[in-house]
Amino acid sequence: MQMSGAQMVCEAIIAEGVKTVFGYPGGAIMHVYDEIYKQNGFEHILTRHEQAAVHAADGYARATGEVGVAMVTSGPGFTNAVTGLATAYMDSIPMVVISGQVPLSLIGTDGFQEIDAVGISRPCTKHNFLVRSLEELPRILKEAFYLARSGRPGPILVDIPKDITVEIGEFKYPDSVHIPSYKPTYKGNNRQIEKAVEAIKKAKKPLLYIGGGVVLSNAYKLVRELAEKTQIPAVETLMARGVMGAKNPLLLGMLGMHGNYASNMAMSETDLVISLGARFDDRVTGKLSEFAKYADIIHVDIDPANIAKLVDVDYPIVGDVAQVVQKMLPMLDDVNTDRYQAWREILKRYDELHPQSYVDSDEVIKPQWAIERLGELVGEQAIITSDVGQHQMWAAQHYPFDRPRQWINSGGLGTMGFGLPAAIGAKRAHPEKTVINITGDGSILMNVQELVTAAEYKIPVINVILNNHFLGMVRQWQTFFYDKRYSETDLSYQPNWKQLVEACGGIGYDVTTKEEFDAALQDAIEQDKVCFMNVAVNRFENVLPMVPAGGALFNMMLPPKIEKEGEK
Amino acid sequence: MTNSNDERRVISVVVMNESSVLARITALFAGRGYNIESLTVAPIPYTDMSHITIETRGNARVMEQITKQLHKLIPVYKVIEHEEMVEKEMVLVKFPIAENLSDIAALASAYNGGIVNVGKEMVVAQVADEPKRVKHFIEAAERYNPCEIVRGGVVAIER
Ligand SMILES: Cc1ncc(C[n+]2csc(CCOP(=O)(O)OP(=O)(O)O)c2C)c(N)n1
Ligand SMILES: [Mg+2]
Repeated sequence: MQMSGAQMVCEAIIAEGVKTVFGYPGGAIMHVYDEIYKQNGFEHILTRHEQAAVHAADGYARATGEVGVAMVTSGPGFTNAVTGLATAYMDSIPMVVISGQVPLSLIGTDGFQEIDAVGISRPCTKHNFLVRSLEELPRILKEAFYLARSGRPGPILVDIPKDITVEIGEFKYPDSVHIPSYKPTYKGNNRQIEKAVEAIKKAKKPLLYIGGGVVLSNAYKLVRELAEKTQIPAVETLMARGVMGAKNPLLLGMLGMHGNYASNMAMSETDLVISLGARFDDRVTGKLSEFAKYADIIHVDIDPANIAKLVDVDYPIVGDVAQVVQKMLPMLDDVNTDRYQAWREILKRYDELHPQSYVDSDEVIKPQWAIERLGELVGEQAIITSDVGQHQMWAAQHYPFDRPRQWINSGGLGTMGFGLPAAIGAKRAHPEKTVINITGDGSILMNVQELVTAAEYKIPVINVILNNHFLGMVRQWQTFFYDKRYSETDLSYQPNWKQLVEACGGIGYDVTTKEEFDAALQDAIEQDKVCFMNVAVNRFENVLPMVPAGGALFNMMLPPKIEKEGEK
Repeated sequence: MTNSNDERRVISVVVMNESSVLARITALFAGRGYNIESLTVAPIPYTDMSHITIETRGNARVMEQITKQLHKLIPVYKVIEHEEMVEKEMVLVKFPIAENLSDIAALASAYNGGIVNVGKEMVVAQVADEPKRVKHFIEAAERYNPCEIVRGGVVAIER
């Protein structure tokens, strides 16, 4: 069929089954927007900032596992999108971002709103394309979606010069892609898998180390089955919260800088790490030479470059976690679960010794209490997004995540301003679910304009601001490591939160007591409008346990011990 | 980012011919802090691919990462970390005409080369040999006051 390049973009989006696109128009992408106006195969949501468009597409992708799509114009439209691309890149999120570019004839002339988008985005995309002719546009679009979701997923940028969107040509969307240089390995080498299984059977203190790859590969049921069958205890990374399910007795908790005592001790004492879709990030490992010092390591990862990047691996397995675990399961029919009994008991004692705890208060709301209360009130049926800071860590520690894709946060890049737009994307994908953005008084202002988007499109996300009047996480480091010199972290000067959200068409609640918290949340759910719950929390609360950066995992700063009755 | 454990390595990278593929490779080296000592690129005859030869330094872990990260680039078809290779490098050296031409010619021919151009004021000698020998040639040529030295970078082929 004959059509313009702009029409081809829309047709490709429809052919890929995308229902929602997030974006922001401008000169170089106007022809595409003109076609968006004429079609009805997908909806377009106008965010109020390009960064938010990309985060919203990202939130949509994380909530569904499908490819998120965002669209921006050239120059500043594209540069605003870069943080969104980098955020998705670091967490391996499947996404296609389409950007307008100046006409081919102007490229390289410093034309109005010209910027080298493929140059800038090279290190923060899985791959990117500058379209150079109309003929290659259908193929590039097809490849973009394929690359985004296959292998180790990631964001793909397609930069399209304006004249190509105007030009008319023949459109046939390819059925398949042919990229001879790109052949991801899914299966996992059988011999290696057998060896790994033998190691599991011989180990005394094995530990499942579960990362975000398990979420990405939709492998959580298989991983739960693996734990169940072998009775091997498990720790989750920040990105994997929900994989095992909070109630799972084999789950020790989250490990790493703000991991709980039992998880970090387990990693320090295990004799066999079974790493599934995790990448040994420095926030997880602490001091590398002390990390899993006594263990052999099985590393299952779809990206060969992750394997042996930071630690030496004894059983490398390149492949999709789901497929590899599927193969492991029948080989473990004869596993002797009693073998690990003593190990499980040691870990249980560790957890009893220093459980994930905090000292509650009657005078002021403790942020940890607020998270736990959310868990009690909305629990399984909510999707939780977050920004970056203390509130994010408390959410990861204290919310009872029950399934993967219930917890959406920027783990790798740690992008403040991610939470609200990501919540908008997640809510659009799952309108039936309560979507709550757990945020801070610093982070929320970094994409606060999206309240308008949420109000306009009736996307009722609840923003719970754990308001400590601080850039709390930075303040915590200043307390511990900078002699309490609170350089530029005091946020005592605050907006009127209620007025701010109401000016944008939402509802505001000021919460200072536990009763008000419950009442506000209940009202927020009933009102079904975008809202702020501005929760005044204890200002100087610290996230604990904490492993100081670069320290060994077993050297944790621990929360004060709560004395139980009968204990001294 | 060099240290004493670093070893010289030569890597061949076979890539799909695409406009920005070389930029992707050099950006990868720059972004991840790997060294490039020399680099050559040319299309592979009768294909839509190019052959890139990179001379680099690093310890075993770094080399493994370089190979894997290169492989991860979408247009990269094949990465060969050379073990048993034939490697050659070419160099062009310009000397003032006043220097002893027969000495220069003899020196160049000792290194598989010769004088390839004689102008009014300058002569140009060419040598193509193993990189180590090219280095020796350049050292030996020093005494004839070379005014310009252009090295071609290493090309290698697995034996
Ligand atoms: C875009 C961006 N800028 C700066 C930082 C560094 N940073 C990490 S946490 C944090 C403080 C966040 O404050 P707030 O949102 O109030 O959360 P709190 O820690 O108080 O819960 C800052 C500034 C970041 N992660 N992202
Ligand atoms: Mg704060």
